[in-house]
Amino acid sequence: MATRVEAGRWWRWREPGIRGHQAAAGWLFIAPVIVILGVFLLVPIAMAAWVSFSDWNGNGSPLGANAHFVGLQNYRHLLTTPGLDQNNFGTSLRNNFYYVVLVVPVQTAVSLFLAVLVNRRVKFVGFFRTAFYFPSVTSSVAITVLFLFLFSPAGVINKLLSYFGATGPSWLYDPRGFFHVILGQFGVHESSSLANGFFLGVSYWDWLAGPSIAMCVFIIMAVFTTSGTFMLLFLAALQNIDESINEAAALDGASEWRKFRHVTVPMIRPMIFTVVTLGLIGTWQIFDQIYVGTKGSPSNTTLTPAFLSFNTSFNANNWGVGAALAFILFAIIVFFTVTTRLLTRNPDRVPRRRRFGPTQGLGNPDASRVASAGSGSTP
Amino acid sequence: MNAHSKTRIARSRAALLLAMIAALAVTASTALGSSQSGKANTLTALIGSSGPAETYAVNNAAKAFTKRTGIPVNVVVASDLGQQLAQGFASGNPPDIFYLGNDQVATYAKAGDLAPLDNLKNVKSFYPSLRAAYTYKGHLYAAPKDFSTLALVVNTASWKGAGLTAKNYPKTWAQLASVAKKLTRNGQVGLCTNPEFHRLGVFMLQAGGWLVSKDGKTATVNSKANVNAFNFVKGLISSGSMKLTNQIGAGWGGEGFGKKECAMTIEGNWIAGAMTHDYPTVPYKAVELPAGPAGKGTLQYDGGWGLAAASKNKADAMSLISYLTQTKVEMGNAKAFGVMPSVKADRKEWLKLYPQFAAFLAGADYSRSIPTVPDIATVLGDFNQQLQGLPQTDPKSILNRVNGELQSILNK
Repeated sequence: MATRVEAGRWWRWREPGIRGHQAAAGWLFIAPVIVILGVFLLVPIAMAAWVSFSDWNGNGSPLGANAHFVGLQNYRHLLTTPGLDQNNFGTSLRNNFYYVVLVVPVQTAVSLFLAVLVNRRVKFVGFFRTAFYFPSVTSSVAITVLFLFLFSPAGVINKLLSYFGATGPSWLYDPRGFFHVILGQFGVHESSSLANGFFLGVSYWDWLAGPSIAMCVFIIMAVFTTSGTFMLLFLAALQNIDESINEAAALDGASEWRKFRHVTVPMIRPMIFTVVTLGLIGTWQIFDQIYVGTKGSPSNTTLTPAFLSFNTSFNANNWGVGAALAFILFAIIVFFTVTTRLLTRNPDRVPRRRRFGPTQGLGNPDASRVASAGSGSTP
Repeated sequence: MNAHSKTRIARSRAALLLAMIAALAVTASTALGSSQSGKANTLTALIGSSGPAETYAVNNAAKAFTKRTGIPVNVVVASDLGQQLAQGFASGNPPDIFYLGNDQVATYAKAGDLAPLDNLKNVKSFYPSLRAAYTYKGHLYAAPKDFSTLALVVNTASWKGAGLTAKNYPKTWAQLASVAKKLTRNGQVGLCTNPEFHRLGVFMLQAGGWLVSKDGKTATVNSKANVNAFNFVKGLISSGSMKLTNQIGAGWGGEGFGKKECAMTIEGNWIAGAMTHDYPTVPYKAVELPAGPAGKGTLQYDGGWGLAAASKNKADAMSLISYLTQTKVEMGNAKAFGVMPSVKADRKEWLKLYPQFAAFLAGADYSRSIPTVPDIATVLGDFNQQLQGLPQTDPKSILNRVNGELQSILNK
């Protein structure tokens, strides 16, 4: 056993036998990738991790004499020490949470809907596909600036609303929470029982604020810009479904909705997981729109952890806390990704090996019956 | 050994050779790069420019310096000054000199990023208040280059339209409230300004309050005087004769004023550029801010040149800084983009140049800069965020919150 491990050592240049030089050549060929990944990914991540455990103040290298190990101090500063940093962190989590909770389901649904639309054989389908995809290839900075104009208090959107007799809010300047506004309509205002309890420096009442009117603009923008990208992914998945399966379902008397619900959705389940995961990662990392658009205003209601991490590091010179924030954000993203994986897992628990087989994702008994009927009818 | 394995060996040798050449090329280029930056004593000046006029003026001054001393200067315009400075400090290769606001000076000085400028040749020529604004733990960490104060800017056409004359320029809070009410007509609000400490703070000073106690050790944000000040502001807002710029959808007071959304605003002398370029048809005049219960008061914003502790050419950089902060250069800047020079002696000359802005310079006699405390920019940033909700919040709760935040950084 020991000798086999010895023989398999990864740094071994010359292995016995006919494949003597292959290991060396192999390492040479992957060397560029290893170097690139190392320099641009692994080393920066390792250094950021170190900074999050240090008191580095931005002067000189973080590996130099100016940085000292301080253990979990930066994490404690954010999570358990009351103060401005904790309050900002809690606020940014709240803002981003509502952003994610609203953007991810809506963008997934909209992009799936668009994909189903452009998957049909209709006239000008190429035009529509391009049109829907267009926002995705435009720079997010350009779109943000465009939205700043559209949603300015005297902008196009409010002009449009005024034609219908409605007075639009001042959008990006309006810090009121959406849920607070709705509760206010029913006469519910800040109640002392909720205002006096705090979590991460933010009162329970403020946790329930919902996205601010300003954040709603970013939510609309995110759905607008990302739906096209995910439409493309869904389109690819939809085109992988054999037409005969749909035909078989139709022969069995399934309505359009039942076909969609029991054939299409189960068959593209892996793609739904992909889209939701990509959506979660993208939305938890929202930065450039905030940096260009509002820098956290109004009243910190568009502050997000990614922007706060940048601001804490580069402007407040508080690098350790900024890095710790980035790692907490990383943990949050991992948590949500794993949760999504568990939730979108095939309920029939097809063994891992067979999951990518021809009957991939057909967990629903109805669907698998339809599918086997379909494959049976294919010559 | 067969032919097949021979070619394989040859191939792997060729690959090795290629890899070695690549490695050599990388080493050579980095070596060249470092020798380049080490050899030349070109000074780098990083500036956060307000526009082409400022960039041009600084470049010209740098060229004149090079002509006199033979030291080449490279002026770099930052797109995000704070971020680029931070990158420079972290890399150990920062720009030699750079723009430095007095809100950041303590933070950088504490981190050891800045070299003291106590021995600058012309250190005595600056206003004492400006020197104080850049002094941290007894050392001067930036050479003041210019400053601005806030004044009341009025639209003279609206003024006449409301039946007001030069006699009516407000001297007290009561008069301010009364003219703001009279000017609120024809879809225009009397007074508008940014919802931030850096504007509304003037009322704190006029009421006799300030951010910190005299010894600078205790936060006094929620003092009675400050509560009075913000209650006065909130009263103006509630009465409808004042609006914050976020209520009218303007980016800053100058925009609301220029677009005739309001007849008066509280702004610094930088408003002149915006009025000339963007709103040339709006007639305006700057007057001193009214006095509050405790007398006159205004805020002051300071610009200075900082010197990096890691600079390799400190002596040359010092002489560049003293060149850039001498009367001739500062007056050139004043002509080019309207700033007020940091050198006392320039006062009369500046007034000759800009008689219409006398109010800004008059403010220098009683204006205050924010305390030189590390992290103060973060706390004031939160103050600004909270003030955006002033119309629907109790001022006292905002002041209490900021007071706690400020006290915690003072305790550090």
